Amino acid sequence: MKIHEFQAKTELARFGVAVPPGRECTSADAAAAVYRELGTPVCVVKAQIHAGGRGKAGGVKLVRSAEEAKSAAAAILGKTLKTHQTGPDGQLVRRLWVEEGSAIEKEYYLGIALDREKGLPVLMASSEGGMEIEEVAAEHPEKILRAAFDPSKGLEPSEAKRLAKGIGIPAALETRAVAFMTALATAYAELDCSLAEINPLVTTKDGKVLALDAKINVDDNAAFRHPEWAELRDLHEEDEKEIEASKHDLSYIALDGSIGCMVNGAGLAMATMDVIQLYGGTPANFLDVGGGATKEKVTAAFKILLSDEKVEGVLVNIFGGIMKCDVIAEGVIAAVREVSLPVPLVVRLEGTNVEKGKELLDESGLALTTATSLDDAASKVCAAVERARKARR
Amino acid sequence: MSIWVDANTRVLCQGFTGHHGTFHSEQALAYGTRLVGGVTPGKGGTTHLGLPVFDTVADARRATGATASSIYVPPKFAAAAILEAAEAGIELVVTITEGIPVLDMVKVMQRLRGSRTRLVGPNCPGIITPGGTPGGTPGGCKIGIMPGYIHKPGRVGVVSRSGTLTYEAVWQLMCRNLGQSTCVGIGGDPVNGTNFIDVLAAFNADPETEAVVLIGEIGGTAEERAAEYIQSQMKKPVVGFIAGATAPPGRRMGHAGAIISGGKGTARDKIAALERAGVAVTPSPSRIGETMEEVLKHAGLLAGARG
Repeated sequence: MKIHEFQAKTELARFGVAVPPGRECTSADAAAAVYRELGTPVCVVKAQIHAGGRGKAGGVKLVRSAEEAKSAAAAILGKTLKTHQTGPDGQLVRRLWVEEGSAIEKEYYLGIALDREKGLPVLMASSEGGMEIEEVAAEHPEKILRAAFDPSKGLEPSEAKRLAKGIGIPAALETRAVAFMTALATAYAELDCSLAEINPLVTTKDGKVLALDAKINVDDNAAFRHPEWAELRDLHEEDEKEIEASKHDLSYIALDGSIGCMVNGAGLAMATMDVIQLYGGTPANFLDVGGGATKEKVTAAFKILLSDEKVEGVLVNIFGGIMKCDVIAEGVIAAVREVSLPVPLVVRLEGTNVEKGKELLDESGLALTTATSLDDAASKVCAAVERARKARR
Repeated sequence: MSIWVDANTRVLCQGFTGHHGTFHSEQALAYGTRLVGGVTPGKGGTTHLGLPVFDTVADARRATGATASSIYVPPKFAAAAILEAAEAGIELVVTITEGIPVLDMVKVMQRLRGSRTRLVGPNCPGIITPGGTPGGTPGGCKIGIMPGYIHKPGRVGVVSRSGTLTYEAVWQLMCRNLGQSTCVGIGGDPVNGTNFIDVLAAFNADPETEAVVLIGEIGGTAEERAAEYIQSQMKKPVVGFIAGATAPPGRRMGHAGAIISGGKGTARDKIAALERAGVAVTPSPSRIGETMEEVLKHAGLLAGARG
């Protein structure tokens, strides 16, 4: 799960990570009030959406008076920001974060992510603040320093010191930088983060080491020990179909293509998307109904697939292992009857009770096509979508 | 022959009396797995499915001589269950549980360093050495949630990060009368106990395994590392498939480990690395069996693999 910058800063501050003081607000008047409350000559008004690149898109403004704060906030709120991370439709701004402006001396980069090969989180630090770390990694890999740490023990101060020196933090600020890094590592472990990125980290003219921006993703699997996450979740930032899917415990991701797929198992679901592409089609989604799909789950999955206007055909691919094909067939039949299918449907069943399943589908009298293999299914659904397109023309 | 488990392996089930533990233990017993008991704290001294239940893994091991354990406990308690099994000296711990927090697994793997316990999984279908006849007469060992009847004994090893995609591959092998030595699901999580190289090395050393199917997916660099191993060490032909060529960057595709970030972990890179190492990578998941048949034929191993 992604959280907003203001939430990340608030959470990080609890662990002693230094962040500029600020307040969240949702109206222009409130932004002006925060400006007055903070009492510094320069403040920053920042759009809160779950995407980077906000500055370039006009979502971040420096203000020098309450009036300026008000007009900047009015301009940003309600605006749809399009950045390289929002997708082509952009993201509507509903919330702002107004914080004290910082007199920046220099910008750096800090980020913690999982190093899968080591099986440990690793703190990455670079002197190239403000740049995307992927770009730095591609162009100047020598400028990224790394320190892996055991989350039960935290980051060793000596390691933090090595990184601080390595990226050129002035000696006078080294102690503060070390405290910042060790606090960030502790926060990463305690908050069950999957990513914690401070870009940029800044040193200021008045000798502070601060998180000018903060991005945190948390590990959904750890939600059971973080009841507070329920409040941090912002449903406005998520795809409606994905929210509906999560209610039914379905793993769904919306894509741009035209063939909806419903599959059991994540690997097989990805493979199904791949094979659709191989036959010239484009997948409209990733959808894993899981190992224990019931009739209700299959029906919910169908409704979600068909609520996507781009879907011109549906491919159901189920390998019945523990799950029985006849049960799936019953679910598909019930779902199709309930939602009345406007597009071609191809069903490929394999595994336990497959004959019984196919029989049920054949006897249902529904306009669906059965397939014998994944290749067969993909070629049939792609051809059916093509035919339907031609017929419409 | 086979790797890591066979008909003589004595197996425990942790989370034995729960819904999943019960169902899959019944299936394992029906398959012929030598399941010797289970662990559910607080239910020690009772029996379940005709087998003894113990409060702790240590008690169970002492009483039954088990060397392997399957874990079906909920994610919240899974890390502790793995460590308990390791501390009790269980040699092979197969963790089926899906949804364990990543940092729990990081801590588990730190604790398992230098231990003689091998962890398979988590978030995996398990491990199976197929039994005498399809359908599961004694002679095999099934630890996990895979449907036993789609397997039969033979000479192709299978290693995979995915569950149902593995069944798909096994099914295709079966349709071509190609049995399996052992099938290992290493799991879809970013931090797991056993990696491709561990399994490839075991297959490499197993005289009864003639060839290997390797099924990978986007995310991480485990397939690239496997390719390096294959190039330098592997004596047997390998057929590969990588799922996720169409996956968009930065999105988690069901498996927590299946995410492409920072340009690393793409299907294209993995396929290229495997092909450079001489792996026959099939572009379609429905041609895994067909490709294996061709590779075996080409290597003059087809008759042997069917024998």
